Amino acid sequence: MPPPSKILVVDDEPDLEPLMLQRMRRYIQAGHYTFLFAKNGLDALDRLNQHKDVDVVISDINMPKMDGLTLLGRIHEINPHIPSIVISAYDDMKNIRTAMNRGAFDFVTKPLDFGDLHLTIDRTLTHLREWREALASHDNLLTLQNELNVAGKIQQSILPGRFHERPDYQIAGQMEPARNLGGDFFDVLRLQNDRVGLVIADVSDKGVPAALFMMCSRTLIKGAAIGSRGPGEVLGTVNNLLCEDNDVAMFVTVFYAVYDPKTGELTYANGGHNAPLIIHADGRSTVVPMTGGIALGVVPDFQYGQDTVTLSPGDILLLYTDGVTEAMNDADQEFGLDRLRALFAASPPKDSQACNTMVFEAVKVFAGDTPQSDDVTCLTFHRKEAEP
Amino acid sequence: MGIHIEWNDEVLIAKADGRLDGTNASAFQKELETAVDTNARVLILDLEQISYISSAGLRVILLTAKSLLNKNAKFAVCSLSAQIREVFEISGFDKIISVHASQAEAVAALTH
Repeated sequence: MPPPSKILVVDDEPDLEPLMLQRMRRYIQAGHYTFLFAKNGLDALDRLNQHKDVDVVISDINMPKMDGLTLLGRIHEINPHIPSIVISAYDDMKNIRTAMNRGAFDFVTKPLDFGDLHLTIDRTLTHLREWREALASHDNLLTLQNELNVAGKIQQSILPGRFHERPDYQIAGQMEPARNLGGDFFDVLRLQNDRVGLVIADVSDKGVPAALFMMCSRTLIKGAAIGSRGPGEVLGTVNNLLCEDNDVAMFVTVFYAVYDPKTGELTYANGGHNAPLIIHADGRSTVVPMTGGIALGVVPDFQYGQDTVTLSPGDILLLYTDGVTEAMNDADQEFGLDRLRALFAASPPKDSQACNTMVFEAVKVFAGDTPQSDDVTCLTFHRKEAEP
Repeated sequence: MGIHIEWNDEVLIAKADGRLDGTNASAFQKELETAVDTNARVLILDLEQISYISSAGLRVILLTAKSLLNKNAKFAVCSLSAQIREVFEISGFDKIISVHASQAEAVAALTH
């Protein structure tokens, strides 16, 4: 059984204490209520400071030293969650209104009807219980929020943050999730013979399920990339693994490319991802031709085709997710591929970091205060002009 | 996002409108599950009035296609705007879900 509710009664009438204890004895004996008494507002504040576990205050209005209305304002300084019931003269609407304005939960009128008082106390206690439950679930929400924040940090920490400096190429990557947890990711893999693997991916939906699917996809791609014959085979292997037991129909779009610094060749396969852009030194850009693949996790045993392009010195390869081109402004327009290409035509980025910064800033300016529903991710590879 | 479902003889037609993204994908999914639960033999999803579809929206369409396949029922989408068609092409979904230019064409293809 829960402990009795502790009720503080504040009244300057000396008769009230024995009367209350007498009329409420059933509830006191049953362990529902326990009473404390105070003679005026100041006395009540002392009692509240001594007894932090008071649940409800019942107070008269007219009292010496500190009246009930003043007391109402002061109770909240001690504990903002203690509800109060005011005892007022029968037709004293003015004081009743003032009391309600100062946060009183309910009122009873003189002469006291103890049956009515009992109902009012119980209603107040029910309210208090619900309020406390709401506070607890609010705390739980805050805990969940904290956990999501931590998960978001973990997610960011598995993305490559520092990229090895090379005289012949430079890489930069950035992911900004729309919510705590994103569904986008990118990766940079060091492969045999000095080759480098570039991955960009976008998991269907956002939040916790997408984040778990993302972690799984990332690990599978990394594993498959090492020792495979080519990007098409990597996507095929990962696709079959993701298709197993995928009852929730999650999928991930992946663009995976392998760059060979000896030849400048980029061999790639696309699993339903938007086509990357090659930005040339003069600001013109080329959309990388698609290879006709399907998003991974949808159809098992799919044969992913692959293709090869050669990056010229000075070229920048921009892998991105649709959070860039589908960013919306307040007029419901999309940022779009044309705007992206015009950006580079107007001012060709000098390196990969500059390219990413340009994209993120342009999207931010374009979107303004319009809330975005999708993560924004860029992975940029710059084949430098000066060959070693 | 809104969705309107009606019978056209033996064919159940679901017509959706607005933006279909992560914020309303689960509501969209519930509506389509209701449609699947009618045990319709043919379900056609008309996307003419859809202005935007995110991967979360595609996932719901995929789920619907899979559950209909499990019931040996037929599924198609129709009346895609150029933008929505592009989303289907890029993701490769046009290879696994049958796409038709109009409702009439979809009905004809799936009922013969």
